Order: sequence, then C-alpha cells, then structure tokens
Amino acid sequence: MPKLGNYDVIVVGGGHAGIEAAVAAARLGAKTALFTLSLDAIGNLPCNPSIGGTAKGHLVREIDALGGCMGLAADDTFLQSRMLNRGKGPAVHSLRVQTDRTAYHLYTKRLLEMTPNLEIKQAEVTEVTVENGAVTGVVTKLNAVYTAKSVILATGTYLGGKISVGDASYAAGPDGISAAEPLTACLKALGLPMLRFKTGTPARVHRRSINFNLLERQPGDDEIVPFSFMTHAKMKNKVDCYIAYTNEKTHAVIQKNLHRSPMYSGMIEGIGPRYCPSIEDKVVRFADKNRHQIFVEPCGEDTNEMYLQGMSSSLPEEVQNEMYRTIIGFENLEIMRPAYAIEYDCIDPLALKATLECMEIEGLYGAGQFNGTSGYEEAAGQGLLAGVNATRRNQGKPQIIMPRQQSYLGTLIDDLVTKGVSDPYRMMTSRSEYRLYLRQDNADERLTPLGRELGLVQDDRWEAFNATMHAKKQEIARLTAARLTPAQANPILEKKGGSPLKTGILAVDLLKRPEITYSDIEEMIGKSAEVDPSLAARIETEVKYDGYIKRQLEQIESVKKQENVLIPEQFDYSTLGGLRLEAREKLAKIRPHSLGQAGRIPGVSPNDISQLALALALYRQQQAAKE
Amino acid sequence: MPLINTVAAVATPPGKGGIAAIRISGPQSISIAAKVFTSANKNKALQNMQGYTAAFGSYLYRGKQVDEGVALCYRAPHSYTGEDVVELFCHGGEEVSREVLLACIEAGAAPAGPGEFTKRALLNGKMSLTQAEAVMELISATSSQGVQVARAALGGALATQIQTQKQQLTNLAGHLAAYTDYPEEDVETLTKDEFITTLQQVGAVLDDLIANYHKGSIVRSGVPAAIVGSPNVGKSTLFNLLSGYQRAIVTEVAGTTRDVLREQIQIGGIALHLADTAGLHDTKDVVEAEGIKRSYDEIENANLIIAVFDGSQRLQQEELELAEMCAGRPALGIINKSDLGTQMQPEQLQKYFRKVLVVSAKSPQTRPMLEQAVLEILELDKMDPSQALLANQRQLAAVVEARKALQQAEDTLLSGFTFDAAGVFLEDGISALAVLTGENATESIIDDVFSRFCVGK
Repeated sequence: MPKLGNYDVIVVGGGHAGIEAAVAAARLGAKTALFTLSLDAIGNLPCNPSIGGTAKGHLVREIDALGGCMGLAADDTFLQSRMLNRGKGPAVHSLRVQTDRTAYHLYTKRLLEMTPNLEIKQAEVTEVTVENGAVTGVVTKLNAVYTAKSVILATGTYLGGKISVGDASYAAGPDGISAAEPLTACLKALGLPMLRFKTGTPARVHRRSINFNLLERQPGDDEIVPFSFMTHAKMKNKVDCYIAYTNEKTHAVIQKNLHRSPMYSGMIEGIGPRYCPSIEDKVVRFADKNRHQIFVEPCGEDTNEMYLQGMSSSLPEEVQNEMYRTIIGFENLEIMRPAYAIEYDCIDPLALKATLECMEIEGLYGAGQFNGTSGYEEAAGQGLLAGVNATRRNQGKPQIIMPRQQSYLGTLIDDLVTKGVSDPYRMMTSRSEYRLYLRQDNADERLTPLGRELGLVQDDRWEAFNATMHAKKQEIARLTAARLTPAQANPILEKKGGSPLKTGILAVDLLKRPEITYSDIEEMIGKSAEVDPSLAARIETEVKYDGYIKRQLEQIESVKKQENVLIPEQFDYSTLGGLRLEAREKLAKIRPHSLGQAGRIPGVSPNDISQLALALALYRQQQAAKE
Repeated sequence: MPLINTVAAVATPPGKGGIAAIRISGPQSISIAAKVFTSANKNKALQNMQGYTAAFGSYLYRGKQVDEGVALCYRAPHSYTGEDVVELFCHGGEEVSREVLLACIEAGAAPAGPGEFTKRALLNGKMSLTQAEAVMELISATSSQGVQVARAALGGALATQIQTQKQQLTNLAGHLAAYTDYPEEDVETLTKDEFITTLQQVGAVLDDLIANYHKGSIVRSGVPAAIVGSPNVGKSTLFNLLSGYQRAIVTEVAGTTRDVLREQIQIGGIALHLADTAGLHDTKDVVEAEGIKRSYDEIENANLIIAVFDGSQRLQQEELELAEMCAGRPALGIINKSDLGTQMQPEQLQKYFRKVLVVSAKSPQTRPMLEQAVLEILELDKMDPSQALLANQRQLAAVVEARKALQQAEDTLLSGFTFDAAGVFLEDGISALAVLTGENATESIIDDVFSRFCVGK
C-alpha cells in the first residue's frame, strides 16, 4: 500500500490529551500529525463546560508551567472564574472556570492550525501497525497508510464508544461524532490488556425554560487569578451560574423508573467513576439525603444551552423530562440534548511505563481516558508528557519520568502505572502526600525549569519566571532584614486583635502570626514595586507555612534515596527467593522503574522492598565485579 | 513513612554481662540518641560530636534517669552500616538495656529486625561481594518465616483496637478529603472542634497502649521472680505453696536448698518464672556458698523479688542487708511464721519494700493474699485481662509514630493553621497504624470519601 505520509509522531485524537501531545511534539521539532474523527470536535468539552476545580486546577497550572496549552486556552475562553477552597488552606486552593465551549474549540483548533511542524487530519485510525515489537504507523478507515516512529493514542470516549439512554443504545462518541470501533480489536490483537469503562453526562437545556428567580445565584470572584503564569491582562466575569436542588418528588420519579435505567437493568457492563455518580446512583446509594445540588452552568456566550451539573443520568428521555421538571425552577424545562451514559475502551494502565509508553510495544504511547483517567485536565497533562517522550525517543534522548514528589501530574501517572485503576481515575488533592509543597501557586517553581530544559518553555516565559523568582528572593530578603518597632506594628496588631509587641521583631517573624497578612506588613514597611498580588500570596504562604513546607521537603529528600535506586528493565524477580509469591508476581508485571515506585505497589511490603534493595545492591556489586 | 528509617537494637548478647550496647543506625540516629542521652559535659552535646568520638553522660527514659554510660558517635559513611551510627553503652542487665532501647524507640527509632545492621552495611556497599552474597542467601532463607511471625503478632484485642482507632482517623480524613475535594457539594462542614476531638480521643487510646507496653511484655513473657531470704525462714514452703505441690524439699534443717529451683506458676493470669534460692548467710560450705552466689544473681535479674523473713525471730543483720538490697526494686516483703508469734514488726521493713505482708505460709488464706500483692507490685491489679496490649517493639514503634503525628496535627490546629497542614499529619498517623494492619492509607481514605459522601457532578 502507498504511504500517504511519514511522520516522527502521530497523535490519534484531537481532545485535550491529543492537543497537548501534538503541540509538545511539534514544538520539540518532531514532524507531527494529529488525526481526529472530526475537525469540528477539536478541543471539545463534551461534559462540563468548565476547566479546573480541586486538584484539576493544580494540573492546569502545572501544564502551563511546563509550557503547555491548556492554561492559556482556558484564560482566553473563560466565562466565570472562582478560586475554590479559600479558607481551607493554601495547599488546597483550586482554580475553576466556566468555559465557553465554542470559543475553546475554536481557540484550540486555531492553535493546532498555526503550530509549525504539525498537520491535522480528519480521519478515523483503524489500525496501529507494529513490526518487531515497535510501532511503525497507522492505517485509516479509508485504507490510507501513514508511517510514524512513535504513535500516541488519545482516543477518549470514542474508542468503542457506546451511548445508552433508557433501553436505546448505539455505537457513538459524544455530540453526534461516530465511535472508533475497529481500533480496539487491533489493540487487543497486539496483546494490549483492555478495560471497559463508563461515564455519563447530564442534559443540556434551554436557558429560557428555567425560572432563575427561584434559583440561587453563584457569581464569580471579584479578583480573578488566571491559570497561566503568562496571562497578565485584566479578566472580568461574563456570566453567573445558579444552584437548584432535587427534592422528594424527583427521587420518587427516579425510584419508580429505576428498572428502566441501563445501569440498573444490567445493559451497561462498563465500570463507572465513583466520583461522578449518576443521579440514579446518588438517590439509591444515599437514600437518606432528601435533596441533591444541581449547578446550572452556561455552555457559552453565543448559545442558550445550559449544563445541569450533578444530574447525569441514563434514564429514558421521557423519564428525564418528568424527573427534571419536578425541580423548583425547572417546571417547564426544555431539554436540548438529553443526558446519556457512554461506555468506552481503554488500556489497563499497568501495561504502561511511567513514561506512558506501552511496555510491550516500543514507540506506542497512551494519554488521557485511553489510560483509564477521566477529566480534561488529567488528559492534557498526560498528553504533554506523552508528546515529550514520543519525541525524545525518536531523538535518542532519555525518557522523562515525572516524580510524584514534584507534581500532581507525576502523582497521577505514578498512581496509574503503579496501582492500576478500578474505575476512571480523577485527580484529588488527597491523592498527594506532598500537597503542602505541590501547591497551585508555585507550579512554576516546581516545573518551569524542567519545561525549559525540555525545550517547551520559550524565552518570554523563561524571562518572566526568572523575574518572578528574583522578585521573590528580594522580597523575602527585605522581610528578613526589616525590624519592626512596637510603634510600627502595634496599631495594626491591636486592630487585628493580636497581642501587642514589647520589643522589636523581624517583619518575616511577624508575618508568621496567624492574624497578620502580607498586606499588613506592607502597611508597616511599604510596598515593593515588583510584588504582584499572586506573588504576595505565595510569599505569605511560604512564610507562614515555612515549618510545614520544610518538613515536606525533608520527606521528599528522604524518599529520594529510593527513587534514585533504578531497577534495570529486565531485572529477574524470580531469583528473589525471600519475596512472597504475590510480591514477585506484581513486581514482574508492573516492572517498577525505581525502588521508590516498587515500594508503592499494593501488596509489596516493606520487607519485600528491603530484600529487593539488597538484591539490587548485590546486583550492582556483581555487575561492577564483572567489569 | 520513609523507607530508610532509623533503627535501634541491643547489640550485645542477651543475659548478664558487664556492659550492654544499644546501637542506633540511620539518618536520624544522632538526633534520636540526643533525646535519650544527655552529655555530662554541657559543651559536648551529642548533636555536635564528630565521628569516632565519645562522651560520658546519662540515659533518660520517660523523664527519669535509668543509667549512666558512654555514647560513641560514628558519622556516615564511616561506620559499620555506612550510616550515621550511635552506640550507647550502659551497664549490663536486661532491665537497663531494655529501658534505654525503649527510650530510643519512643524517641522515634524503629526496632531493628534480625540482621538489620548487616543488611544496611550490604546496602551501603560496606561488605565484600562474597560476604554480601552469603548474607543475601541467609536473608532469603529466613525472611519468609519472619514475615509470618510479624503478621501473627497482630491479633485479638489489639487488632480490634488498632483497627477501630485507624477507622476513626480514616473517617475523619475521609470527611476532610470530601470537604476539601468537593467544595461545591453539600458535604457537612468539618469543624475544628470535631477535628481536635477525634485527634484527642484516638490520641488518648494510643497513649494507653504506649503506657501499657511494659505490662504487655509482662503478660506475654512472664516475670522472672525470685524467692530469697535467710536460711530456714520458709522460702521453700512458700515456693511449694505457690507451685501448688511439694516441689522443694522442706526440712527443719537450715540450708536444705542449695541450688536454685525453678518453676513457672500462674498468678492472676501472669506467668511467674519463680526461683527458690539458697538461704543467704555466711558459710564455709563450698556447695552452699556457690548456691548463695546464685541467689544473689537471681536477685539481680528478677523483676519481682519475694523476700521472706522469719517473723518469729528478731530482724538479723544479714536480713537487714537483704532488705536494703531490695530498696527501689519491685520487691514484696513477707514476714512469715505468724503462727509462731511476732518478734518482727512490718514497720521495720516497710521503707524497703513496695508492700509487706505478715503471713503464715501454712495458712490457706496466704495464697490469695500473695496473688493480690504480686499483682499490685507489678501494677497489674487494675488491668483488664481482655485489654489490648502491644505485643512487640515493632508495634510500639508504629503506635509511638502515630501518636506523635496526631499530636502534631492537634498542635497545628491549635496554633491557628489551616486544615490542609493538619491533614498531612493526620495521614501520617493513619499510615503509621496502617503499617500494622497492612493497608494503604491513601486508598482507604479515598474509599471512605466515596462510600460515605454523596459527591460528584
């Protein structure tokens, strides 16, 4: 068959993982092609019209710090912005925006179109070709053959997609785009272990059919913090969101019709996410709750479609009508797109390395829902890393593994390839043991140097980053040098209800008091021209939580020793007689890249690890003796 | 929990010896040793000591000085294990070295497993290849056994207790995670008071477990006890009474018991490893003299001394010396032969003993009286026999670590910090307990979020 094109990297899928993967690869110099089922669905937000949220907001900041696309795209197309969890501590502050779906699609499509080295093609990939255990390219539904040194699968919910509503079901992806059906069989034939997952989405309804007077209004923040470290323009909220509640009548309709939900009739075999239960699930599992919240969110400025967050369902359309209309404010609700459940195929991520490359097929990478995660942000982060590694592999450069101690992205990938998934994986702040250090405010400090080293951080971002670091250092030095007299500090302390000073104190020490803010200190010692509000917040956090952050850094330092003990890829675990069989089998299957990762495998005990450590020490000594 | 932790163990063979050494190895060894050892020379704090230097000072356990001795400091990589190492030398005798070791464990060291120091030496490249290969083989052969032993150790009341406390903490962490990760959902607000109350409740239970560790070891392994006294005061009669049969030969002839007789008996659920000893007095008889020397050894090693006096006689000089030896020790004074008249008053002995009883070894009421007195002296009289007790030092170390983390969480909240900072300590506490139950802390918290809270879009 004739080859229609030869590429360094081919990306299958034009969603959030595919976008980051393709842009990263192209920017790093790979001749790249992105294949999508529909050019009109690039950067689609098929579920929530929003980006960010707890822990997901952290991921977006990290992607941005590495030089990725999502942060800038979200800032450009946002409708309303809120920083969640203010008051619960800086580690869990999370940014979330409502996004204009159409604008986001156009922004990302244009971004792909404008990226040098990148071609975007509308085609369904039906086959991945492999020779001698290494990927060689893809074949499309039109029997067109394209070669590539590396292929990244970012197939989302389209791979083997099947939509269910009531007793109706059909093969499809979201929003009227067809499913990618033949590819799964090809991947299975290549020996990849595949899973079947399920997710769902609520109805989109017409704005005019909602009585907003009966709902609670939820406005955005007055002071908006952008996602991107490179967004400096003033941002203003454009819309409000609203909150409605289900009631006993709603629950009665659901209970009465439960047998008609494909989730409950056994029609759906895919495993759904625990964190994203359908309204049927909520009513059944939490029967004692007499109401559930619904967030009413606009889908864009140019549309009257409203998204009903919290009401995902797969009940028949007539039941959906009846159910939604029991809700106060929704009496005359007009559904535009009914809620549905969707099943799809994905890989068991235990078959992946921490580089996101398949263990069994060289040059084949996975990202996003294909790897068993859910969420745009989780997908985008993986896409970026897959794009980087696919390119570096071709360039003969070492693969990048993101340590879990350094980022949420690293935590996510480490969880995926070490523990596997039992349901679609969502990022949560509670998944990171280092969250006092892995904050959204310092994502640049953690990752921009890496992004620069990789070649993704351009000069403008690098200069801005260095300027911020310089300003931070200067300001901390100023706070550490400034001695405040009681006369300077006491008026403000009294106002704040703090105990007054008797002797002088360093500004940095006064800032450690819980009642004192950075702006109080500014009032005492004057403003610094180079400190903007976001840097001020960061400095305040780092001064106040100094002891806690140091402690986490020490913990990170102490685990580094294990993280740095690398395990040769072909290490033979069967010789470790002292290990329990379960541990040996798991290690041989997961093939951890380091002793640290090995220690996080469920079922591998500290005792197993200490023996593995010894065996590795012995192995190194034996290797050295041979040389 | 970091994988490279700091471990401690008694490095000298068990039993009697002039000097015992406790070895601590790992990154925290110097700071842990500094909590246990106070240098006599104020200018020679352990933290500042160079490698291969020593200091003289005292050992503290739970705020009380237990011994004096020399601490020897090694700085990584110049030590047997290749890590920072401190060796603490104290006087021989199991009691003292055990207390110094427990002090190290309560200061944050984990008890070293068998061969642990050697393992570390191997890991850090301090051994030749052949040595290393030999050690590996040995470890492979013995370790699966060790795992089973360690697993079996967590059972019964303790397993239930640890599980209950861990569940309480997990529920709290789950609530915190749901409250934080789903700020938009109507998850019940978690208040600071609730947070602190749970920390304190669980903390108090852990405190009890730690405080009772000593009692636990008594219940598990029994108490070495010795019956001592001058010749012919009725030691063997008492021994037989406690044994429940005529184990020792009893005659009117002083010095009948010449060697040490041993018997394991049960008193109120506690095993006493009871030794009947030769009567203490000056003698020229070589055999009897050797017996008497052994009696003194028994006194030295016993954790319960039952000193018997003949109440029908006046207090003799050698009896007074015995009483003085018992001062400050877990010792019970028995004024025997009350049936033969009283020449001796309990007041004469009270200051040397924790308790003094006046009995007739021949009376049937004596045994229950003795039992009660023994339990009181061992501080076990108020103990509920079904109570959860820590079975080994590994469990103690885990509970101490958990307790410390909960305290840090509480301190964090009390000093006005936000939940995120306290939450990290809470999880450390759960992880420490999870080590005992063999579960993964993060997963159990996340499971809790989704099983108890209705969250999600």
